[in-house]
Amino acid sequence: MGHISLKQVTKSFGATNVIPPLDLEINDGEFVVFVGPSGCGKSTLLRLIAGLEDVTSGTIAINGNDATMIPPAKRGLAMVFQSYALYPHMSVRKNIGFPLKMAGISKEEAEQKIASAAEVLNLTDYLDRRPGQLSGGQRQRVAIGRAIVREPDAFLFDEPLSNLDAALRVNMRLEISELHNSLKTTMIYVTHDQVEAMTMADKIVVLRAGYIEQVGSPLELYRSPANLFVAGFIGSPKMNFVEGKDAEAEGAHTIGVRPEHLTVSKTSGQWKGTVGVSEHLGSDTFLRVNVEGLEPLTVRADGEVELYHGDTVYLTPEPSKLYRFDADGKAI
Amino acid sequence: MATQHSRSAARLMLAPAVILLLGWMLVPLTMTLYFSFKKYLPLRGGDLGWVGFDNYIRFVTSSAFWPSVMTTLLIVGGVLVITVVLGVLLAILLDQPMWGQGVVRILVIAPFFVMPTVSALVWKNMFMDPVNGILAHLWKAFGATPIEWLSQASVPSLIMIVSWQWLPFATLILLTAIQSLDSSQLEAAEIDGAPPVKRFWYITLPHLSRAITIVILIQSIFLLAVFAEIFVTTGGAFGTRTLTYLIFQRVLESQNVGLGSAGGVYAIILANIIAIFLMRIVGKNLDA
Repeated sequence: MGHISLKQVTKSFGATNVIPPLDLEINDGEFVVFVGPSGCGKSTLLRLIAGLEDVTSGTIAINGNDATMIPPAKRGLAMVFQSYALYPHMSVRKNIGFPLKMAGISKEEAEQKIASAAEVLNLTDYLDRRPGQLSGGQRQRVAIGRAIVREPDAFLFDEPLSNLDAALRVNMRLEISELHNSLKTTMIYVTHDQVEAMTMADKIVVLRAGYIEQVGSPLELYRSPANLFVAGFIGSPKMNFVEGKDAEAEGAHTIGVRPEHLTVSKTSGQWKGTVGVSEHLGSDTFLRVNVEGLEPLTVRADGEVELYHGDTVYLTPEPSKLYRFDADGKAI
Repeated sequence: MATQHSRSAARLMLAPAVILLLGWMLVPLTMTLYFSFKKYLPLRGGDLGWVGFDNYIRFVTSSAFWPSVMTTLLIVGGVLVITVVLGVLLAILLDQPMWGQGVVRILVIAPFFVMPTVSALVWKNMFMDPVNGILAHLWKAFGATPIEWLSQASVPSLIMIVSWQWLPFATLILLTAIQSLDSSQLEAAEIDGAPPVKRFWYITLPHLSRAITIVILIQSIFLLAVFAEIFVTTGGAFGTRTLTYLIFQRVLESQNVGLGSAGGVYAIILANIIAIFLMRIVGKNLDA
């Protein structure tokens, strides 16, 4: 069981209001990702759920019971920190076993649980090492191991991959997703990286300045963003926005076109421009095209396309994949 | 990387400082060793020639020797226990966010700036005086007979005075150590189900172990040489004669330079035993 519901939760530090009244339902077994730019309150929200911060008002219910005033240890949640927060003076075995020791579980039973967690996380050979002797990825796994042995109702991850290098991050992303598939436990994951959000989540919660901008599955957010912010935040490279008469022609204040929905032609099209920077990635080519009277447009073209700096190109948006927004940034 | 040339230049430029420090250490050491093998009584005949190991034997066989070693260890040990325990507690207290933190921290450090002679006299005359001292008034206020601190409880009194001087030092070092503790470790322990006392025991204290060893090491070196506090309070009476004080009495009160020098050599050996012992612990702790 791992059903968490937040009702009218607010948090302020002194006079600064970090989280305005907020409602959110997290269902049992869901992988929920809180995503947003830094300072949007996503970590604070996670800490409120964990109980490391007290809510200013509102209620948090876990499995239907009011948990607002329950101390963190009693909420049945486990947390993985950005800095891993391993205990440096304890071996991996003792780190993973610490929550069991605190819970007063017998040595034999704890040893068994530690062994099986180490097995799942490929840590069996490292049980007697100290955290200082492990690589970043291994430390991350120890932190996850410490969370697993508690058999919590939900896991909370606070930007767990941001201290790892790019290759390792992709690996750990897969491992965490696989872990979720095998454990089927609720997971709440905080990140500022929309790629992590898109790849791992069942449900993404996009936050800005404490407000929930949109909640939905990755593809829902990609296909029908509720507003300009979500449209610009989800998807890589970022969506292009065009204002002015092109937008008015579509009956909107702003129109948005994703880079992958622009067709490139050397002969004719809606917008004429010159190629600024072209990034050839092999599978794709990202072109930055300077169009007169508009912001530079990003285009995702075929990997084989032969276009270089200074070439003249014509761009046409796919009419069915055009996003229209009103003057307030709301999707029409 | 330093080249061969710049390295020899560095050595050359370091040489004056190294030679000065070496001389500063070697000259007194050699003189102590030299006198320790002589019968040298400045007021009773001066240099009376070589006596071999006589001084060494006389110093340890004197009835004052073992009690003085015990007193030394008692004072050093007592002060270490008090300063480390109270230092840890004070450091935790001062680490809490509170109003006027800066001022309070300066006040806590203040006793360290008071000269040992002055602080010992303040304690002796203003606190521990059996007639006019604050403690005497306190005792009287409860209807008890005031304690004659420096004669009835002389060693504990000295431990109290010296601890008061060294507590700021311990607190300061331990406070900086506590501030370097990653707060997410404590939060992780909190979520893992550790109540405050266990968080202190399993997380904070191990984190402080290195700082504690450093405090113990530095303090023991200085505490072995405590002198002014004894000189101005009890003058070595009532069982407060430490090894350092015994050497002082041999040289200056009995005017026996040879015997005192032999005692000095013993003190050097004792200090080195403690230093080696502590270095091992510190070395072990610094490895981790």
